[in-house]
Amino acid sequence: MKMSDSNIKMVAPPEGVSGEGFFATTLNDVVGLARANSLWPLPFATSCCGIEFMATMASHYDLARFGSERVSFSPRQADMLLVMGTISKKMGPILRQVYEQMAEPRWVIAVGACASSGGVFDTYSVLQGIDKVIPVDVYVPGCPPRPEQIVDGVMRLQDLVKSESVRRRSSPEYQELLKSYNIK
Amino acid sequence: MSLETTEIQDKLVETFGESVFHFNQEKDVFSFEVAADKITAIVLFLKNDPTLRFNFLTDVCGVHYPDNETERQFSVVYHMHNWYENKRIKIKAFISGETPDIKTISTIFPSANWMERETWDFYGINFIGHPQLKRILNMDEMVSHPMRKEFPMEDGGRTDKDDRFFGRTQSNR
Repeated sequence: MKMSDSNIKMVAPPEGVSGEGFFATTLNDVVGLARANSLWPLPFATSCCGIEFMATMASHYDLARFGSERVSFSPRQADMLLVMGTISKKMGPILRQVYEQMAEPRWVIAVGACASSGGVFDTYSVLQGIDKVIPVDVYVPGCPPRPEQIVDGVMRLQDLVKSESVRRRSSPEYQELLKSYNIK
Repeated sequence: MSLETTEIQDKLVETFGESVFHFNQEKDVFSFEVAADKITAIVLFLKNDPTLRFNFLTDVCGVHYPDNETERQFSVVYHMHNWYENKRIKIKAFISGETPDIKTISTIFPSANWMERETWDFYGINFIGHPQLKRILNMDEMVSHPMRKEFPMEDGGRTDKDDRFFGRTQSNR
C-alpha cells in the first residue's frame, strides 16, 4: 500500500532545506516538533472539569490524536500538568509538590474557572487561581469547559511548545520566573 | 412504650435542677439549654441513664451570635439520638465571647473528637481536655477562625473581581 492511500495523518515537517536524501532544519524546530506531539498529560482532577477531561481522553474526542495517548499518573514521566477543578488552600502545597516533582521541560494548563481564578469560590478556603503557587502556560475558560475547549487548550500549548527554544529552560528569565514562585 | 419529652424534662430537672432550662419543641426536635459548666455531666447522664439511653452523638457544632451580650456570644450545639426509641434531642450551651471555653465530651463519645476539632477550627471555641485540639479542615497556617462573623468570607487576594465588570457600581467608570 502506498502512503498516499493511507488514512494516517502525519505532522507536517518544519521549514528547512531538502534535497536528494537529506533534510536540514534547526534543532529547535525538530525538538519542538517532537515535544509538541508527545505531551504526556498528568491529570490533577479535583472536580467537574476532571469529568470533562475524561470525555476528552475517551474515544469520541480522543486526545490521543495529539500524541497525548499516555496519561501519566506519576509526575516524573509527565510533561503537561492539567489542573482541573477547585484547589483549596490546603491542597496548594500538594499541587506545588507535584509540580516540583515533574522533570523539565514541564508545562501547565489551568482548566476551568476554578483553576484559573478560583471561579465562584471567592472564599477563605479556596486558592484564587493556581498561578498563585505555580506558573501556568495556558488557561482554559469555562465552568466546566467542553472537551473541545480542553482540546483547543492543548493545541495552544502545542503552539507554545513548538516555538519554544531548547535553551529557554536554562535562561535567566526562566530561572527568574521559578524564583518568583520560590521553586527550588 | 415510647420515650416522652416530659419524661426527659422531668428526669433532667430532677437531677440537674436549674442547670437545665428553656425546654421547647423546635419543629420535631425537643431542645433545651444547659449551663456550660455542667455539659459533661449532662451528656454522660443522658447516655447512661437506663430509660433515656441517648447512645449516639449525631453532631457537635458551634454558633456565633455577635449581637448577644458577652456571656452569650457563642453557643455549642449537641445533637443526640436514642436508637432504641428513635428519639432525638438538641442541647445548647452558651459560652462567653471573651473566653470561649467548654469541657470536652470526647472522653464520653470518641466521635466528638473530630467534631470538636472542627468547631475549634471554625469558631475558636476551646474544648478543655481535648486530646488533640488542632485544625482539621482548614490549612494549618490559617490564623483566623473563619465562621466568626468578624472575619470576612471572601478571599482578600482575589484580583479579577472588579465590581465594574459585574454591574455593581453606579457610575461604571
